[in-house]
Amino acid sequence: MASATSPDQPADRYVADTVQRSAKILVVGAFGVGKTTLIGSVSEIQPLRTEEAMTTASVGVDDLAGLNAKRETTVAMDFGRITVSQELVLYLFGTPGQRRFWDLWEGLAEGAVGALVLIDTRRLEQSFEVLDQLETHTAGLPFAVAVNRFPDSPSHETAELSDALDLPARTPVVECDARGRAESIKALVALVGHAISTQKVPS
Amino acid sequence: MVAAVPAKALPVSATRTERVLLTMCRSLLSLAEVAVHLQLPVSVVVVVASDLVDSGHLSVRTPASQSVSPDLLKELLNGLRNLS
Repeated sequence: MASATSPDQPADRYVADTVQRSAKILVVGAFGVGKTTLIGSVSEIQPLRTEEAMTTASVGVDDLAGLNAKRETTVAMDFGRITVSQELVLYLFGTPGQRRFWDLWEGLAEGAVGALVLIDTRRLEQSFEVLDQLETHTAGLPFAVAVNRFPDSPSHETAELSDALDLPARTPVVECDARGRAESIKALVALVGHAISTQKVPS
Repeated sequence: MVAAVPAKALPVSATRTERVLLTMCRSLLSLAEVAVHLQLPVSVVVVVASDLVDSGHLSVRTPASQSVSPDLLKELLNGLRNLS
């Protein structure tokens, strides 16, 4: 708890006083797909990690049958911030894609602009569960797919990927390198643009 | 996001967590950030902060679940485009 009271706090810890509004975007994806990297490359603050103890509320919700060794007690959530304009800050929440964290999603999705789904084309099958979860638990939340390019990723046409992942029509699929700030922001722009168009044409 | 209401001292009976939270929030900050800096679960911070809001020591700057309005999205889009 030393950090809580230490006098040498970094000056950029606080949100600018002119900020009136905030927006949030979820960054979701399978384990190890690069969520932390993406948040780290766009966040103006050192990406933060929070830990939440799992409570008895998760009993019966998390399917632990046969998974006794998987009874983790903490949930890590990545967290980043971008001051978009003088009046607006954007918060990014990176949530793990495993089944036991799904409860967390619903709470986070409330009031969110949308979700950016990060995908690793080398392990495409792991993305199905995440997309499925998005559609069932956070129905109506606009989402865009960002393909995180790894050096040894096979290249695919975005239309092919759209097909393979069985994405709803008009879902943006963008390629990005999560390590690059500009490319990561481009992916966020695609998501926000999509959120605007879905708001105009309620489906 | 919350910020402390200045010039309102806590009662002597205030807990350590309440004091630290209020010191932390002397300027604008989101509860999630407060939780990380204090190394406390977000749910705990929310409870402590709610009490402090009720007692008038903290003020909420932006509502927790504001709806996403079209002009918020537009502002966000323009802002992000300017950053890239």
